[in-house]
Amino acid sequence: MTTLARRRRYSRDPLGLRRALSGPLLPGLVAAMALLAALAVAGAQGAAALAQRWQRGAAAAVTVQLPEADAAQTRRALEALRAMPDVAEARAMDEARLAELLRPWLGGTGGLPLPAVIELRLANPRADPVLVGDRLAAVVPGALVEAHGLWVQRLAALAQSLRWLSWVVLVLVAGVAAAVVAVATRAGLAARRDAVEVLHGLGARDSDIAGRFARRLGLMAAGGALLGTAAAVPALALLVDLASPWTGAGAGGSRAAGGWAALPWPALAAVPPVAFLVGWATAQLTVRRWLRHLP
Amino acid sequence: MVRFEAVGLRYLGSGPHAGAWGPEALTDVTFALPRGSFTWLLGPSGAGKSSVLRLMHLAIRPTRGEVEVLGLRLARAPRNMLPAVRRRIGVVFQDFRLLPYLSVFDNVALPLRLAGRPEASLRADVTEILRWVGLEAKADASPAELSGGEQQRIAIARAVVTRPDLLVADEPTGNLDSRQARRLLALLREMNRLGTTVVVATHDEDLVARFPAPALFLHEGRLHDPDNARGLHADSATDDDIG
Ligand SMILES: Nc1ncnc2c1ncn2[C@@H]1O[C@H](COP(=O)(O)OP(=O)(O)O)[C@@H](O)[C@H]1O
Ligand SMILES: [Mg+2]
Repeated sequence: MTTLARRRRYSRDPLGLRRALSGPLLPGLVAAMALLAALAVAGAQGAAALAQRWQRGAAAAVTVQLPEADAAQTRRALEALRAMPDVAEARAMDEARLAELLRPWLGGTGGLPLPAVIELRLANPRADPVLVGDRLAAVVPGALVEAHGLWVQRLAALAQSLRWLSWVVLVLVAGVAAAVVAVATRAGLAARRDAVEVLHGLGARDSDIAGRFARRLGLMAAGGALLGTAAAVPALALLVDLASPWTGAGAGGSRAAGGWAALPWPALAAVPPVAFLVGWATAQLTVRRWLRHLP
Repeated sequence: MVRFEAVGLRYLGSGPHAGAWGPEALTDVTFALPRGSFTWLLGPSGAGKSSVLRLMHLAIRPTRGEVEVLGLRLARAPRNMLPAVRRRIGVVFQDFRLLPYLSVFDNVALPLRLAGRPEASLRADVTEILRWVGLEAKADASPAELSGGEQQRIAIARAVVTRPDLLVADEPTGNLDSRQARRLLALLREMNRLGTTVVVATHDEDLVARFPAPALFLHEGRLHDPDNARGLHADSATDDDIG
């Protein structure tokens, strides 16, 4: 009974890799890198969401608010603005869109008196919005010119670069993981050099030997990645929850549930399989290159 | 079966001589071994016996000349053609080269598993070959628990479990006492009687006297041919074989 179990165990592992390639070091390192990868994935996704939302909100770089304006005043302001050479386009924002933009800050807007808002696109983005405001105030008293859209555009650009940075981090993490696996593979080859040479001499193909190393190292990397990703989830949920006012998640249902639901689950679920592939491919390459020394 | 034609061999230096080619370990070695023959490979230490056997079991390639083994021309054969031919060759080393963390059974089963034989059909073959070498009872032991003679019989069992066409043994009795050595030779001769071509390198002259057979004699990397074992004259090559 025990003999049979032992025999079955050994027969699947003729190189003794379960003992030669073991210990917490490799899975631990891969876990740490999977944690970084999960953060980077979530960062990329979060930055993309922020950038998209902000860019939508900032379609007009400059807005004009007319507090307590009636339709006639709004029309007069529009005419005045369209007459100015600096203004390429002036458009009154409809109420539904205004409510949507304000929702993160005000919650529902039912019952609150909303100002009339006119969106402007300046002919020259560097033109000074203050001059526009001064000239408009002469026609429609109380008009406020707000250049926040310029800031939002800059923030969106920042979010966009954060997104690219996250991808760079992801590629770096994968590269470091591959290097760690390559080092572990070489250590395993050194520990099992005699066994590898015996198998080679018995007529094992390179693919037989490399496949055994690759399966073992792929599984170790995937195990570590699973741990690291799992460890990243609570931290990510907290971050997503904190960011929900800006990303528009968490509106409606409870905020805690919003945090979990808004996690980039498909990307997180992909981290362990990708780690397996990185480990598998690195071990294949490393072992095959090493075997080239044998005839 | 096995044919050497003007074979020259140099080793690539290691250590302080890394990258430099050493002197010729074999020079103009020419011979042919017919199918089903038993041949001694004799000569003093350093004469090149191991080098000849390494060429025969495809562990190295010749520097010049041609080595033909089981129809494969080694000098220019693509690398991916070698494993299949290696699986038709059994090898026994002086230091056994068993895998210490596998049981005796798994060591002997290794070549069959590499050949992709299903577990169900491989049990009977392994058990039969272990019975043949008289170590059926040790199937679940670890190699380290066996004596040198027993380990070498396991190594033979591993070498012949696939019924190879060619069996080469490099000083197989070097680590055995004379009784164990004779028992080992009896096994090798029996394999030969069953049709396997066998080549045994040794410098144990008592053993050669007990089991007379054609011999190739190497000296400083060159071949002397007292028994005309080179097989260059087809008529005389196999006559002494049964000995
Ligand atoms: N791996 C090797 N690297 C360099 N030189 C070697 C190697 N193996 C053998 N030689 C050299 O080749 C010659 C023949 O050695 P070998 O074939 O082992 O002879 P034998 O088996 O008859 O003792 C010797 O001069 C030895 O130094
Ligand atoms: Mg030798």
